[in-house]
Amino acid sequence: MKALKLIGIVLLIGFVIIQFFPTNRNQSDMVPITDFMLVNNVPTELEEMVKTSCYDCHSNNTNYPWYNKVQPIAWFLQGHVEDGKAELNFNEWDDYSERRKKSKLRSIVSQVEEGEMPLASYTLIHGEARLSDAEKKTLIGFMTKLKDSL
Amino acid sequence: MKKANATTGILAMAIIALSVTSCKDKKKEQESQDGHHMEQMEDSGTMEDHSQMDHGEMAMMSSEVIADYLTLKNALVSDDKDGAAKAGEKLESSLKRFDMGKFGDEQQDELRDIVEDATEHAEHIAKSDIGHQREHFDVLSKDIIDLLAITGSDRTLYQAYCPMYNNNKGAQWLSASKEIKNPYYGSKMMTCGEVQKEIK
Repeated sequence: MKALKLIGIVLLIGFVIIQFFPTNRNQSDMVPITDFMLVNNVPTELEEMVKTSCYDCHSNNTNYPWYNKVQPIAWFLQGHVEDGKAELNFNEWDDYSERRKKSKLRSIVSQVEEGEMPLASYTLIHGEARLSDAEKKTLIGFMTKLKDSL
Repeated sequence: MKKANATTGILAMAIIALSVTSCKDKKKEQESQDGHHMEQMEDSGTMEDHSQMDHGEMAMMSSEVIADYLTLKNALVSDDKDGAAKAGEKLESSLKRFDMGKFGDEQQDELRDIVEDATEHAEHIAKSDIGHQREHFDVLSKDIIDLLAITGSDRTLYQAYCPMYNNNKGAQWLSASKEIKNPYYGSKMMTCGEVQKEIK
């Protein structure tokens, strides 16, 4: 019983201490001219959809939930955002070469088609980011057309 | 005091001796590298002034990439996910080592683009399931075909085509042999495809 209490106290202290470790926040007010929405003719409805479902991890600006201020959640999210941006950054779309744009579009289509993106761990909390079958179809149709036009 | 002096003396001598031998080693290494290089230069065929290199030398640049690509292709043919992942990792590092410094400016731009894209696909192949590996292999194959169009190949390759893959959009691959062994379907449809052209 005593041991349990001790472990509890140690964990609590650890939890408090890690709250003081800062994380890099992925936030920016600027939308660069290379942004996907600025260089492509995207229907408003689709623009809203992609911004809601993808931009938190695939752009330079994340809409953080309140609990992102709590460690170790903040670390976990930071890792996701960094990986996501390295893979695809919609803000820097026009910096990609034609070859890479095609590659990215192909991956976008296949990831959404197979339901791997948006991530299940993300839509679990962000219900609004979940894509319905009709939304998936719109998105896939647009991205495929864009890829073929390149 | 005397003792201390003696120790420093010995130490100093040891350091000198060490540095001398290591210098020698380096020189030897360089020599052998140069010698090796010369040999390969002689082997390569006709001189044609594309950039600062002849064809043979240009093709040599892509040799390692081709070898790793073929290992990857063979792993996919035998439905070997782990083998493909390993080959993907190897290909990723040989792409990163790919030296384009001696190509012309325009060629370098294109090569950089190709290599960057191909590296990303190799990276994904190293950590995906076999379905995704094959998807990335499709785009990767296009990259490698474009790469070889610039660098040339140090061996004869066959560009093959499977019209069914990717919802009948079709996909290409490169093989060292004329015989069709399909990396996109493996044992499911081993002989689907045809040779489109020969690359030398």
